[in-house]
Amino acid sequence: MADLEKKQNNPDFNQEFRRSRRGIINFLNNNRRALSALIVFIIMMLIFIIVNPKIFLNREIYEAIFRSLPIRIVLVLPLVFVVVSKEIDLSFVSNMTFSLWIFAATAKAGWNPFLCMLLAILAGAFIGLINGMLVVRIGLQSMMATIGMKFLLVGLVAGGSNIIPIPLTFLANTPFYNIFVGKIGNFSVQMIWAVIALVIAMLLFNYHKFGSHVSCVGDNLESSREMGINVATTKTLAFVYVGIACGFAGVLSGLTYLTFYPKLGSPDELMLAVLASVFIGGTPTKGGVGTIFGAFIGACTIKFIETGIIQVGLTGFWTQFFEGLIILLALTSHKFHKSN
Amino acid sequence: MKIKFLELKNISKSFGKVSALKRVNFYIKGEPEIVGLIGDNGAGKSTLIKIISGIHAPDCGEIYIKGKRMKNWSVVKSRAYGVETVYQDRALAMQQTIARNIFMGRELTSIFGFVKSKLQFSEADRLMRTIGFTSKVFASDSAVVNLSGGERQGVAIARAFYFKANLMILDEPTTALSLTEAQKIFTFVRQAKKGGTSCIFITHNIYHAYDVSDRCVVLDRGKIIMETDREHTNAEQLVKDMQKIAQSDGKVKEDINNGRS
Amino acid sequence: MVEHRIHIVISMSRYIEKNRRALSALLFFSITMIIFLIINPQVFLNPLMYKAIFKTLPMFIILASAMTFVIVSGEIDLSFGSVVGLAGWILVLTLKSGLSPYLGVLFALIAGAFVGFINGVIVTRLGLSSLVSTIGMSFLIRGLIYIGTKGIGTPLVYLVDTPFYNAFIGSIWGIPVNMFWALGFVVLSLLLFNHHIFGAQISCVGDNLESSREMGINVTVIKTLAFVYVGIASAIVAVQFTLTNQIFYPGSGNGLLLIVLAAVFIGGTPGWGGIGTIMGSVIGTCIIGVINSGIIAAGISYLFKEFFYGLIIILALIGHKLNKKRY
Repeated sequence: MADLEKKQNNPDFNQEFRRSRRGIINFLNNNRRALSALIVFIIMMLIFIIVNPKIFLNREIYEAIFRSLPIRIVLVLPLVFVVVSKEIDLSFVSNMTFSLWIFAATAKAGWNPFLCMLLAILAGAFIGLINGMLVVRIGLQSMMATIGMKFLLVGLVAGGSNIIPIPLTFLANTPFYNIFVGKIGNFSVQMIWAVIALVIAMLLFNYHKFGSHVSCVGDNLESSREMGINVATTKTLAFVYVGIACGFAGVLSGLTYLTFYPKLGSPDELMLAVLASVFIGGTPTKGGVGTIFGAFIGACTIKFIETGIIQVGLTGFWTQFFEGLIILLALTSHKFHKSN
Repeated sequence: MKIKFLELKNISKSFGKVSALKRVNFYIKGEPEIVGLIGDNGAGKSTLIKIISGIHAPDCGEIYIKGKRMKNWSVVKSRAYGVETVYQDRALAMQQTIARNIFMGRELTSIFGFVKSKLQFSEADRLMRTIGFTSKVFASDSAVVNLSGGERQGVAIARAFYFKANLMILDEPTTALSLTEAQKIFTFVRQAKKGGTSCIFITHNIYHAYDVSDRCVVLDRGKIIMETDREHTNAEQLVKDMQKIAQSDGKVKEDINNGRS
Repeated sequence: MVEHRIHIVISMSRYIEKNRRALSALLFFSITMIIFLIINPQVFLNPLMYKAIFKTLPMFIILASAMTFVIVSGEIDLSFGSVVGLAGWILVLTLKSGLSPYLGVLFALIAGAFVGFINGVIVTRLGLSSLVSTIGMSFLIRGLIYIGTKGIGTPLVYLVDTPFYNAFIGSIWGIPVNMFWALGFVVLSLLLFNHHIFGAQISCVGDNLESSREMGINVTVIKTLAFVYVGIASAIVAVQFTLTNQIFYPGSGNGLLLIVLAAVFIGGTPGWGGIGTIMGSVIGTCIIGVINSGIIAAGISYLFKEFFYGLIIILALIGHKLNKKRY
């Protein structure tokens, strides 16, 4: 007791306390990671503008971006939760394809597209649930288990659909279509959905119990358990969240490209690129901390590279190179930023 | 043999405004002995140990090894002179065998770097027996994760002992161990002493310290306020004196050293 | 007499304990084989099937064996697919310039080792997470290949039947030479992992980084060497692959990633480092190889191939988990 009084009367202590309340500095400190990601993004944009000043005045570039970026954003946001909880999910792209297959098959059969979408989301969530069970109940390592799940789903879709694409052109310009991927003027509605997903994810992560549980669990599993956090539920929910997003992203993808197109053995690049977005955004691999907004910026960064490269005059061959470069540079800058 | 193995004279160390050690004089005798280093949290035990093992440099004072003054004392030098610190659990790789842990970083190799596994196993077996490790179930090719807490410490102690440590520093080895386990540690330490390795045994459990040490050194707020050994005190008296210290402002030193009050 | 028997039992249980993971993998392999044999006994007696397997299996065996070192050291390498591409590209570039093919192989090996070295430096010196930095590296290198080749591959027909060709391709006693290279690599890996100081220190580093450092193990060197080993393995695979297919195309090496990782994990090496089994990784590769042929033999459409990969992976993981307290 005496000590506490001593502290409060100590001028040094009061200084410290006052200092920590200064708004801007506090904000900068707390959001260091997301801001780092933002800086990387801005620098990249500046480089593009310097090389080709007209680049971002070109309308086509935005159309291309806003068609495919929302899908990536929807996918990347829940991944942050999984990574922060110290797990990983490598099955999300094949989960997305799986959900899309469910959607396409049922839509083609004539069912109400809203119902089909619900089924797709449920299918995605179900896969997420299985992932969660494998990791939490059976105790498998998430990397291995989700690799297995990825293969399982790819094979299931390939075999089940006989790799016959299902065209979805009959959905074009229906009210269902317009709600999700229609246009308002020249603006693609998908982007609005992506932003909604972003807001939801940010609210969940920063202000909801779920977010704080995920962070605690990723930081110190034993302590979280002792403090009464249901670790099993938390981790499983993170995987289910990814699954739901896969369902929604799958439908968006189907509507955007108006087809379900199964590939024999999907290439891993999309999966790696989206995963990388999480880390470019500033979420470290060690778990416990993360940034949703950063992941959003990361996804934008990767997408803008892909589109910007071509606009700047380089062939598409340079895309992967710059993606790799950005990943390494972003990671390095986060690392050194942190040791501040 | 009157030359002390280790002697710290007038050692002081501060961290910023906080004074961790004030003019401490500490020594380890030439013949192997077990010294209990007792003190409350913040007394300076950690700092003293880190200075002995070379992690921190003292602000002032001198370090002597076998009577020779040591300049620029460092971790490398301390290792070279046979000072090894044993931390609880941190120094062991859980999934590896006992033998591999003992020879970690100092593997016995033949040409081209191939490891003499059989030799390592037999040496490790012999070593563990010398230390007093009696397990019918585990041998040197068992993984450390299968051992109890006390036995794991035993492996770390055995390692220090094998590499001819002259001085072994055990930092809170019996904290979080059961009574039987703690007894095992005492056995290991006594055997090590028989084999020629001195030991500084840091603890805040006075009974443990008294049980195993030849000599106890009590630190309080950066100063050595009491040195005693089994001839001059017993465990209960030690506890009483410690309580007096904890409740006082440090002026009790002379009273305690001058007579039992 | 009784004592003797007890002694044998103890030795056997000791052996099983020590090699638990590899033996589990062997068990899974046997089960898989038996299932497929029951479904269609003919296929596995057909030598042609083995010829087909032996053509592609060696590459996965080599990669999985090398990968085990990196995973045991507590890291991961997702870039080896693109290193395979890079090494192949270097090989054909050397050949195109008219230099000796042996020199081409040497340059390919150096390229692979160099990338491994860079990966090691990034992870140990810069301290970046190996998961993400090797993803970045993979993109970077693949991008370089595309930029340099402009997306165009290079055929290699003129080497057939030269002694060089026969050393790397061709057959001995009906078995493709690649298998012997793979065998040799496995033997080397076994020696390094189980009997050499490299393997001992890799295990310690992956098990407890701090302790290893305190005990004087040079963590930087050890981890980097593991990455270099994978790089060299990738280069060897690239040489085999390019020569076998007689063409280098910029995408070569794509698609190997997850299968190699799966093989290592099915084999019993866990993802947290410190312990691992080379034999297990080899067996894991064989399991995947068998599935490939087994599916066709069982009359299931090859489209379902990956479904069975996934199923086996998950079942094997569960099996390993049930097998031991901590997995």
